[in-house]
Amino acid sequence: MLVLKKIDLNITELAQKALETFKVELKKIVPQLIAIFIALLVGSLVLLATGFSPIEAYGALIVGAFGDVYGIGQTLTQATPIIFTALAFLFAFKAGLFNIGAEGQFLVGALAAAIVGISLNGLPNIIHVPLALLAGAFFGGLYALIPALLKTELGAHEVITTMMLTYVAIYLTGYLVTDIFKAPGWVSQTPLIAPSAELPRILPPTQLSASLFMGIFLVILTYFTLQKTVLGYEIRAIGLNPLAAENGGINVKKGLIIALVISGALAGLGGAGEVLGVHKRFIDGFSPGYGWDGLAVALMGGLNPFGSFLAALLIGVLRSGGMTMNRVTGVPIDIVTILQALVILFVAAPVLIKYLTKSGKKND
Amino acid sequence: MTEIFDLITVGLFASAIRMATPIAFAALGGIFSERAGIINIGLEGMMLTCAFSAVATTHFLGNPWLGVLFALLIGALLGLLHGLITIKFAGNQIVSGTGINILALGLTAFMSQVIWGSRGASDAVQGIDPISIPLIKDIPIIGGIIGVHSPLVYILIISVAISYIILFKTPFGLRIRAVGEHPAAADTAGVNVFKTKYYCLIISGMLAGFGGAFLSLGHLNLFAWGMTGGRGFIALAAMIFGGWKPLGAFGASLLFGFSDALQMRLQTLGVLPPQIILTIPYILTIIVLAGVIGRVTPPSNYKPYVRE
Repeated sequence: MLVLKKIDLNITELAQKALETFKVELKKIVPQLIAIFIALLVGSLVLLATGFSPIEAYGALIVGAFGDVYGIGQTLTQATPIIFTALAFLFAFKAGLFNIGAEGQFLVGALAAAIVGISLNGLPNIIHVPLALLAGAFFGGLYALIPALLKTELGAHEVITTMMLTYVAIYLTGYLVTDIFKAPGWVSQTPLIAPSAELPRILPPTQLSASLFMGIFLVILTYFTLQKTVLGYEIRAIGLNPLAAENGGINVKKGLIIALVISGALAGLGGAGEVLGVHKRFIDGFSPGYGWDGLAVALMGGLNPFGSFLAALLIGVLRSGGMTMNRVTGVPIDIVTILQALVILFVAAPVLIKYLTKSGKKND
Repeated sequence: MTEIFDLITVGLFASAIRMATPIAFAALGGIFSERAGIINIGLEGMMLTCAFSAVATTHFLGNPWLGVLFALLIGALLGLLHGLITIKFAGNQIVSGTGINILALGLTAFMSQVIWGSRGASDAVQGIDPISIPLIKDIPIIGGIIGVHSPLVYILIISVAISYIILFKTPFGLRIRAVGEHPAAADTAGVNVFKTKYYCLIISGMLAGFGGAFLSLGHLNLFAWGMTGGRGFIALAAMIFGGWKPLGAFGASLLFGFSDALQMRLQTLGVLPPQIILTIPYILTIIVLAGVIGRVTPPSNYKPYVRE
């Protein structure tokens, strides 16, 4: 009895601690919340100016995202890949790197997973799925190794190289699924993956897959890695001041390479999750820009894993609700992209947010 | 092999100049911004928004030159926006530029649907007709390459010359470079650091405006979703390759324009899959960027300037 009680105490203590950390982390994203609020206001102005009713549009959006089980499943399905790409952007950013090419790494990882999914047969589920996921992470990471080495060895800025490599990935994967790995038929896509490589669907009939759990696990793992491990400490030190980190005995080159490769692996894993869980194959052009969403989401979430998770859910709401909004009110779905951009611009201007919050308090 | 040599014609070089034009305009825009100490990743989005604005204005008013004018205005406003965020509110320059790029993608797709009911492409509008330069057009070969082009191509060549003169031969240019290299010293010497940076960003946005207007009105006479296709980023590579100098950046843009023109012609040959050929300009950009770095140092210190 005594032993049991002790364990019980430890668990509540742990839970309390976790909750406290969560609360502290949440407080940091207050400026982001303000930015989101202002973005929604500016978004209403855009809607008004183009002859739409913001109340109707946002109303349809909320109904679409939360109205029924299907809507909720769709919201989470839309949020899932963005969790991965957001973590990818965030991880590189902590080392001071701007990986704006998560889209490319996402696609490369997705195709790698699809190839493993279609080309191996007769494997048990428990081996085939991890193998395909691993292929996604590995090739996503490998694709990010290119800009990493270009940066550390030749000094080429990663903003330009990762962007260029995204275009290369779009065309290259497009070529591979219209030629070498093409399924019979008119569509540029691979054949269906073997059933043994499929990630389970967790909320039928929606497309929501177990990839969501993987995403949640990675949110926690990323937080833990960045805050509680030597690697995370080194990466953050490099991001804060590479010179000081070098003087402090940290191998900056190695740190940058590891950070960008992990970033690419996270994006690649997201791509793999989409292929194995949602589409069951690689379809040319299947990503509506998850890489870009990830970047926006990481910034909206205050460059914090938990914040990014919440921001990814918000984008999921906007995207899945946006489809209903489009159907019901005719508002183009691109309003969602506009809202994302506005949040980024407001988040980019920390002084503006501070100024607004201060003047807000004065008015109160 | 002979087939490949057959591709090298006067037409190829003329096409290279056309393909180089939007890149060179944006690269000049990048130079003004970076010389004043501000990275402008947003050139891609500024060009895209301006390409859209040019077509939309022409659609409503019927005159493509009014379209160009409006594109310049929108470019100037976007430059100002980048300035407000990075100068007044001390925001991160790359985050702000990325925000502008995403805003451009969303806003142009949104408005395209509101105006034309189509997300992919606008209706065709009246474009800007090419002009021919008397005398030059009659010179053999050279006339074929530079004799007949959109007026915007000639505006580009004039802009390169003017940019060089402004940056390196006028007191204003000296102030720009001083503000970029050592803002505190420039401030002490009585230069208005913030004002100079704002001017440069407005010029930067307007140059991107020319580039965008050329893309939509000097080329296809319509607006298509994401039609800049990374040219704003390629322009940044051209700027670096050209050592942050107008003439150098123009030369580098010609190289990228040539690869783009060659890529289009290679596709007609069918020797390689089209998707592989399409990657050529992007891979060339990476190679050029990687090859040149180490030999060049940025002219500016990009930290936001805070007056003490």
